[in-house]
Formats: sequence, C-alpha cells, structure tokens
Amino acid sequence: MSLFRRGADATVDELVSDEQQKAALEAGLAYSRPAMFDDQTELLTEEHETPSVRAMEVLRRGLAVSPELRSGIVFTIGMAVATAVGRLVTPVLIQQILDKGVSGSEGFQPRFVLGASAVALVITFVVMALSRATYIRLVQAAEQMLCNLRVKAFAHIHRLSIADHNESKRGELTARVTSDVETIARFAQWGGVAWIVDTVIILGTLTVMAIYSWQLTIVTVVVMAPLLPLLRMLQRRQLRAYDVVRTRVGQTLSAVSEAVMGAGVIRAYGITGRVRERMHGAIDRQYAAEVRTARYFAFMFPLGDVFGGLALAAVVGIGVWWGPGWGMNAGTLIAFAFLVNLLLVPIAELAEILDQTQTALAGWRKVLDVLDIPLDIIEPDPGVDLPQGSVEVRAEGLDFAYRDGGQVLRDVNVVIPAGASVAVVGQTGSGKTTFAKLLCRLADPTGGRITLDGVDLRDVAPSARFDAVRMVPQDGFLFDTNIRDNVRMGREGATDDEVGAAFVRLGLDWWLARLPDGLDTEVGERGESLSVGERQLVALARAQLANPGLLILDEATSAVDPETERALSDALIRLSRGRTTISVAHRLSTAEAADLVLVFSDGELVEQGSHDELVDAGGRYAALYESWLGNTQRA
Amino acid sequence: MARYVRSEPRTFAISVTGASLYAAATVGATVVLGRVTEQVILPAFDGGVSKSTVIGGAIALFAIGLLKALSIILRRYFAGLTAFRVQAHWRRRISNLYLDVPLDFHRAHPTGELLAHTDSDVLAATEVMSPVPFATGVVALIVFAVISLALIDVWMMLLGLLLFPALAVLNRLYTKRIEKPAEVVQEQVGKVSRIVHESIDGALVVKTLGRSSLEIDRLAEAADDLRITRVKVGRLRGSFEPVLQGMPTIGAILLLALGSWEISVDRITTGQLVQGIALFSVLAFPMQVVGYFLEELPRAVVSSSRLDRVMTAPLAPAPDPAIAQALPEGGLRVDVDDVGFAYETDQPVLTGVSFEIEPGEVVALVGSTGSGKTTLCELLVRLDDPTAGAIRLGGVDLRVAQSDSLHRHAALVFQETFLFADTLWENVVLGLEVSNDDVRQAMAIAQADRFVGNLPMGMATVVGERGVTLSGGQRQRVALARALLRKPSVLILDDATSAVDPVVESEILGGLRRDLATTTLVVAQRVSTIELADRVVFLEGGRVQAQGRHQDLLAELPAYERIVRAYETAGATAEAEA
Repeated sequence: MSLFRRGADATVDELVSDEQQKAALEAGLAYSRPAMFDDQTELLTEEHETPSVRAMEVLRRGLAVSPELRSGIVFTIGMAVATAVGRLVTPVLIQQILDKGVSGSEGFQPRFVLGASAVALVITFVVMALSRATYIRLVQAAEQMLCNLRVKAFAHIHRLSIADHNESKRGELTARVTSDVETIARFAQWGGVAWIVDTVIILGTLTVMAIYSWQLTIVTVVVMAPLLPLLRMLQRRQLRAYDVVRTRVGQTLSAVSEAVMGAGVIRAYGITGRVRERMHGAIDRQYAAEVRTARYFAFMFPLGDVFGGLALAAVVGIGVWWGPGWGMNAGTLIAFAFLVNLLLVPIAELAEILDQTQTALAGWRKVLDVLDIPLDIIEPDPGVDLPQGSVEVRAEGLDFAYRDGGQVLRDVNVVIPAGASVAVVGQTGSGKTTFAKLLCRLADPTGGRITLDGVDLRDVAPSARFDAVRMVPQDGFLFDTNIRDNVRMGREGATDDEVGAAFVRLGLDWWLARLPDGLDTEVGERGESLSVGERQLVALARAQLANPGLLILDEATSAVDPETERALSDALIRLSRGRTTISVAHRLSTAEAADLVLVFSDGELVEQGSHDELVDAGGRYAALYESWLGNTQRA
Repeated sequence: MARYVRSEPRTFAISVTGASLYAAATVGATVVLGRVTEQVILPAFDGGVSKSTVIGGAIALFAIGLLKALSIILRRYFAGLTAFRVQAHWRRRISNLYLDVPLDFHRAHPTGELLAHTDSDVLAATEVMSPVPFATGVVALIVFAVISLALIDVWMMLLGLLLFPALAVLNRLYTKRIEKPAEVVQEQVGKVSRIVHESIDGALVVKTLGRSSLEIDRLAEAADDLRITRVKVGRLRGSFEPVLQGMPTIGAILLLALGSWEISVDRITTGQLVQGIALFSVLAFPMQVVGYFLEELPRAVVSSSRLDRVMTAPLAPAPDPAIAQALPEGGLRVDVDDVGFAYETDQPVLTGVSFEIEPGEVVALVGSTGSGKTTLCELLVRLDDPTAGAIRLGGVDLRVAQSDSLHRHAALVFQETFLFADTLWENVVLGLEVSNDDVRQAMAIAQADRFVGNLPMGMATVVGERGVTLSGGQRQRVALARALLRKPSVLILDDATSAVDPVVESEILGGLRRDLATTTLVVAQRVSTIELADRVVFLEGGRVQAQGRHQDLLAELPAYERIVRAYETAGATAEAEA
C-alpha cells in the first residue's frame, strides 16, 4: 500500500515528460528568465518585430480611450511656446541693444537700453509664471490619464475569462499594467513633452533667424542637417550595445546565482574552480560589453560641439563676408551666433526621444490591445438566486473550445445529485480540470450548458454563485498578508472567531497553534513562507468559512510531507460533509472513497459509476486501477 | 573612493585631464567668440576686413569647438573605462568570496541579497567615481570662468558671483525638496506592480472568491496614490525648473544693461561684453550638477561600506597542507564519534551522536522533520565541521583530510536537487575526465538513461534556468548519476530518491551494493527504503535514540513505530496521477 504514490508517479513521469517539456519550452521564453529581465527583453523583441508602430493609429485609439489627453496636449503646446520665448529673449535683446542701444548712429541710448532690458525682464517673468502654470496642468492631465488607463486595463484583465489567463499569458498581462504603463508614463513625463517643446523651440529659433537673415538660416540648416540622422544612428547602435550589456548582466547574475544557490553541490563535489571560471568568464564578458557602450557614450555627446563649432564658423565667416551686403548689422550677426547654439540641445534631445517614442507607442498599443480583448463572461443583472445547502449539478451536451480552436471538452452529459462526492479522473490534458473550472464559471461553455439546482449557471447571480460554489485550486495561492486575512477572503466580514472556528471545524486548530504567530502569521508572497501542503490547509479553511453548497477541489500533485498529508485528507473529509463535492483526483484513495467516479479521456466523459462498478466493468478505469496495483505489488 | 582611484590610476588620470581640458576649452571658446567679435565681426561691418582675417576667425571658432569635443571624449571614455574596470574587479572579488566562504554563510544570507552585492551595490559604490572627473571639470570651469570675468571687468565678475551661487543653492534646494516625493514615487510604483503581480498571478483565486471588484479597488487606490505623488513631484518641478531656466536669462539681461553702459564709458569693448554673456550661458549648466554630485556622495559611501562588510566574511577552513592526509582507497568505514553541532548561539542541532557504518553497509537514517538528519549528512562530507566530537572516514578525521581526496571518495546527494544551467552531460560530469561508458553506466544505475534517451537532444539537452524543465524524479536521478559517476566509497543520500519510483529505488540501492560495495547512508522517508537497509539509525531531537534492525526497532520502540506508521499512512493516501 505504502508504495502507491511512487509507483504511479514514476509511470506518469515518463508519460508526461514529453508533454511537460514541450509546454516548458513554449512557456520557457517568458518564464525561464529571472523576472527582472522579462520586460526589457519583451520590449526588445517587440521592437524588432514591428520597427514602426503606426503612430497616428495608436494616437487615435489612445485618444478615444483617454480623452484627458487632449487638454494635456493643449497645455504642453502652451508650455512649449513659453519655453521657446524664454530661450529667445537673450539673443534678441543682444541684437537690439548692440544694434540700436550702443553702436547705432546716435551712439549710446541709455533710455532705450533700460527700456528694452525692462521689457525683457518682464517677458522673462511672465514666461516663468506661464511655464509653471502650464506644466502643472499638463502633469495633472497626463497622470490622470495614466491612472485611468492603468485601472481600466487592470479591470478588463480581471473580467477576462480564465481562458485568457493561462500560464504563458499571465506574465504578459501583468506587464501590460506594470512595465508598459510605466513606459508610457516615462514618455508622458519627458519624451512626449520634449517632442512638442523641442519642435517649437527649433521652429521658433529658425523663425527669428529667418527674420534676421534668411541666407544665414539656410547655411545653418544645411550645416546642422546631418546632425539629427547621425545622432539617431549612433543612438540606435548605443541602444543595441546597452541591450548586450543587459543580457551580459543577466548572464553574470545567473552565473553568480549558481554559485550561491548551488553552494552545497559545489562544495560537496569540489568544483569550485570550475564555477569560478564560469563566473569570471561572465564578468569579463560583461566588462567587454560595457566598454563598448562607453565608446558610444563618449562619442555621441560631443558631436553637438563639433557641429555647433562648424555652424558657428560658417555663419560668422559667411556673415562677415557677405552680411554687410545683405544689409545685416554686427549685432544681428552676434545674435545669430547665440541662436545657433540654441539649436543644439533640442536636436540632441529629439534624436534621443525618437526611439523612446517607438517603444512608448508600442507599449501604448499593447495596453490598448488588452482593452480590445472581448469579454466572454457577461454577468447577469440581477440574476437568479440559489437556495442554501448542497447543490445538484447537471451538465448537458457540454462543449468547450479555446478561442484559438483547441477543443477541450466534447458533449459531456452528467447528473450529479446534491450531496454526492465525485472524483474526476483522467490523464493530463483529458479535460478534467477544464470541466471543474466551467463548474465555477471561470469560463463559459462553447456549447451545451451547466445547471445548478436546475438554473443555468449563466443566469445565476454572481453573488449567489460566489456563495454557493467554491473552488480550492491546486496551487493554494495565498495573498501576501497574514493567515487571518487570507481566510477571511472566503467570506468578507467574517469575525475573528469565525475564522478561528473554521480551523477548528476542519480539525486544524493544532496546526494553527503550532505556528509562531497563529492566525497572524504572515504567509509571504504567494504564500511561499508556508509549504505547499500548509497553503492548501489555509485554502481549505477559507472554503470552510464560505460554507458553499458545491465544493470543487483540484488536488495537488506535488508531494507533501506525511504529517501535513494526513491533516489535509482529514480536513478534506470534514469539509466535504453536507456538500456536493467534486474533486479533480490525483489520488487513488479519493477515487475509491467517492460516490461517483467520472473518467475523462480526450475531452470526453468515457466512463462513470462507483469505483467498484467501474473496476468490475473492466474498462479504462479498471485498467488504470490495475496499473496502480501492479506498481504496488512489484515492490 | 581613493582606493578606486588607486586601482586604476592611469585611466582615471586621463579622464581628469580631459575634464580640465574641457573647462579650459569651454572658457577658451568664449574668449575666441569675444576676440572674433572684436577683430572680425565689428571691423567687417565697419568698413571691411581681409579674407585671411575672416578665414582665420572661422577656423578659430571651429577649432575651439573641436578641442572641446575632444576633451569631452577623453573624459567620458576614460571615466567609463575606470568605472567598469573597478566594477569588474569588485565583482570578481565578491564572487570569489561566495565560493570560498563556508556553506553556513549561504544559509545566513538570502540569494537576492548576495546577488545585489555583485550587481546594484557594486554599481552604487562605484557610481561616485564617474562623476569625479566631471566634477573636477566643473570646478575648473567655475574657477576659469570667474578669473576670465575678473579680467574683463570687476562689476561683471561681481554680478556672476551673485548669480551663480544663488543658482547652485536654488538647485540644491530643489533636489532636496524633490528627493522625498521621488522616493515615494518609486515605492508606489513598486506597490502598484506588486498588487498587479499578485492579483494576476492569483487570478484564479480572485475569480473563485468573487474578489475582482475588490482587487480593482485595491489597484485603483494605489494607482491614485501614485498619481497624487507624481503630480506633487510635477508641481515641484513646475515651480523650480522655470526659475532655474530663467535665472541665467535674467543674469544676461542685467549683464547687457550693465555692459552697454560700460561700453559707452569705454570701460570694456563690445567683444568683451559678448564674451561675458557667453560665459554666463556656459556657467548655468555646471551649477545644476554640482549640487547633484554632492547629494550622491553619501549614498555611495553607504553602499561601499556594505560591500566592505561582506568582504570581511571568514573563509571556509581548509586543512593545513602540511598535515593533510589522503583517504585510503577501497571500502571506507564511517565513524561518527560523539558529534555535536550547533549554529552560532542557537539550540544544538546534534548532541553526542555516535554510530559507525561498516564498509559496504547500507544504513537508513530515520527521524522526524527537524531531527538533524540533513545537518548530519552535511557534516559527513565536511560542508561544516562538528562543534564537538569528530567524524572519520576510513580512520581519517575529516578536519585533516585532503579536500581533493575527500571529494573523490565521499558524495552527498541533496534533498533539493540543484542543476546548473548547462547540458545534462555537464551536469553529471561536472568537469571530471571520464569516458562515455562511465557516464552511460552511471546514468543506467541511476535509472536516468531511459528518459534522457527520449529527449530529442539526449545528454546535450540544456536544463536549468533557461532550459528544459525536468520533473522532480528526473532531476533526482540526474543528481544521483552525478554522484555515482564518481564511484564514491561513501555515498550519502539525503532523501535523494523521494520522487523516484520505489521499485527503481530498490534497484538503485541493490546495484550500489552489488557493483560498487559502497558504504551508504540513506535518509529514508518511506518504509520501502528502510526495508532495503541493513540497519537503521533512529535520530530524534538531535540524538541517536536507537540503532539496529528495522524489525527489532519496530517491535521495541513505540516512538519509532509511530513515525514509521506515519510514513505508511502517507503512502496509502499517496497520489497517483490517473
């Protein structure tokens, strides 16, 4: 008897291994890397796949979702104009004072100089006030938009059916609401604003230049023209070099983490030297990649000075030679020299944000795409109530297929009387888990229907459904708080006494008493401070507190220590008393003890009956049972 | 900081030179502009100049721009190089340490913390380096600019001395004011991300509990807090930035008013006024970064002291080479002689543990959770030294055993299987020089050959973090093969076959006994394993309660019977994926 578990486990091991590995390979892209690199890598691949997101299309869709953005853009333009005017004050004043105040035909004009300076001062103060007002408004609008967009996307994700929540998509969905929104936020705070402000400054500067001398403006534009594409090209290469660094940093970290996590093995097998080589190799490769980025870092920035110097030389040279002939004055040419310098910063900034814009737009589009995923489950309002007590469950012609076409369940018909205990068995991928999920409306069937006490599940009021149907999932996911609050989630508003009583009723008070802080014990992220078995104990207490009429259990496959194992099976027996209980069974004992066993294979319900009936019938279940027994006897 | 400089003096010196050159070139550019104004531009509009003068002026303007660019390249490249070299140096030192400290160190420190030392802490500690050359440049720039202003006119210098310190003070105030809310923003971004991660990871639970709307409220609250703080940051930025940008303009306006009067009374020339204005615009930026550098310095000091603390961790003891002995060849006897063990100041884990295992004997170690089984296993391969008593393999005290010899003769297979992110082959071989046949044989005894044969890449399959995920049983068999390949004289299995078929397990243990005559200690969690052993050592509360044959203990010892019964019930309800 004691050898059941291992025997069957090993068989399954061989059976499942291929399937598992394929799944792991597929999911691997998102799950095998440490979480911190996920987002960036994802962004990267995305970027490479779609070199140019259609900016206008994203903008249009984005504006439709976030109308707050319109006022934000208006304020940004306001601020851009103010900033541009602020920058242009000095060169214009230089020109005015040099040409009219000092060296004009009448010599020094103190009143003009004082007047012009006073006007310039006033303009500067007005610009300061205006910049402040518009900037604050624009931040308010942008932040409101981001907050709403984030909550909207998050709410939408939670309304999606479980079909859209599979393992591999989970990370993506999380990224939509975290890193993608943050990318947009970074852009809204800097890149987006810089776009508008820099463009206005460049246009404003070129306009003033053109007023002074259109000829020299052309000279400036021609000389400066290559700067932008040149900077962009270098920028791209730099980004690529940084990507390499990020990958290398990841490799260094995994090499070091092997030395840390494999510390025992490394010492026990005396392979320190080998691990040291691997770590140092990774560190050296990271260093080499970093030095590459230093090159771009060093050469990109001074380009502005080179082009600035070139433009200045050209403007002064040409201006001095032909300027008098074009009717220019000395002050105008000197002002020009200052104007040329004004162009450098916005050009460099534009080069930097062009790529950031691509990333931000791609992120924005991805968030908008999430909002476009159709909702499968439409909750009835108000919906039908369910009576208290154990529930009769029927499935009639039940079909389920994923949106991408994979058929999971085919024409399942079954009547489960109220109060029965049912074990659902079948191989991985047979549809048994999906069947259980449909019973608590984590997704709607694509054909046929499920009724609870004769009411179509789709017509049951959501609150009544949550009260009547409880699922205890396999992984025993807990929230990062204490045990008390986690159990209380079973029924909001339950008192501390009721929470404690739930443990007592399941015969788990001894376990609770053994914990350092009892109900106040913190469970850690995802409940990981507790063992898998202990997490399940808490999940059972949570279900007990809810007192549902239909209990759905997804039994854990992972090994649990003997003591907890006993506590679990004991608690399960107590919990299922007086309710309809449907267990997705991995244990033979569960199937043996059930009133009814449902055997699934390839999405179909192939056999049903009691354990003894099915063994006698000599079908699939009987064969399965034989193999279990066989494993035991061999040992 | 000084020691960073000392470790890379050449590159550091080049970058500092570059920075000083930058300061000189920047001030030089204003001088050139003033001179060109005076000698080229003004005469040109006042009657004309020679062609060579024009070309000379243009070349001077371009050349000084080029010099400036060159100095920036020198500073940036070599400053980066210095920082990266120092960082790589620290990473090597820290990662070496991780290999040389006793296992205890790793138990005491979470992986995340140790990784942070090699990554973010190294960055933070060396970050102070990169701005040093830049700060040097900035200080030099300020000095040169003030001198240059003083040479033009004392009033202009006074105006500069009034304006720029004000700018620096204002900027410092700004960074100070914004630091707190900026930190809060970081925290709140973290909180939002935690909520989203948790909520979407637990989507199934959220749905089945009908908590979706509560979760949405929870996020909405956090997102709104974030919005409010970000608007607060925006408000600060909106209040300070325009003033910081406007002040140089105000300075230039005042300078122009002052300067044009001074031109009219012939105290200065127009060229000198132009130079003064250019100096003002050049000085505005450095004023903003000086404050930043001063803010960053203390933070870097904190993280470098964190690294210093790590580096003081004591290294694992190694036997004195003068007295180190090799273990004898052939079957080894294991003597555990009155062994006690305690982690610092804690309750003792093991007390007075004594037993021996004859060469080739298979002994099962039985005990409840926390009885000290794993600790004992680790002592047997000297992952730690006992705090009392001694452990001898083949008569040699482990404390004087040559570590090479020990690694060759004794192998421990852990409870938790650790696989390196590498091929299966590498994971089994771990750098040992062995033949294909040896590996094949080890894999066969460990019953790992069949599933590996089914993998498309076979032994070349990459496993671990980035590779194929193996099941628990498969991982255990790989780890077992790793140990068996070494043909150890002493094999310690710390519950290392828990996920392996009992049938397979008995074949493995049988194979060991038959082919290798290995002295084996196996921590047993199930009855079938216990039954395979010649003898049982029953450990409870860190003491040996009894040893003898399984059947005898079962009959004589109620405590032993209880624990064995618990194993049996666990087995009876055990899972069987249908």
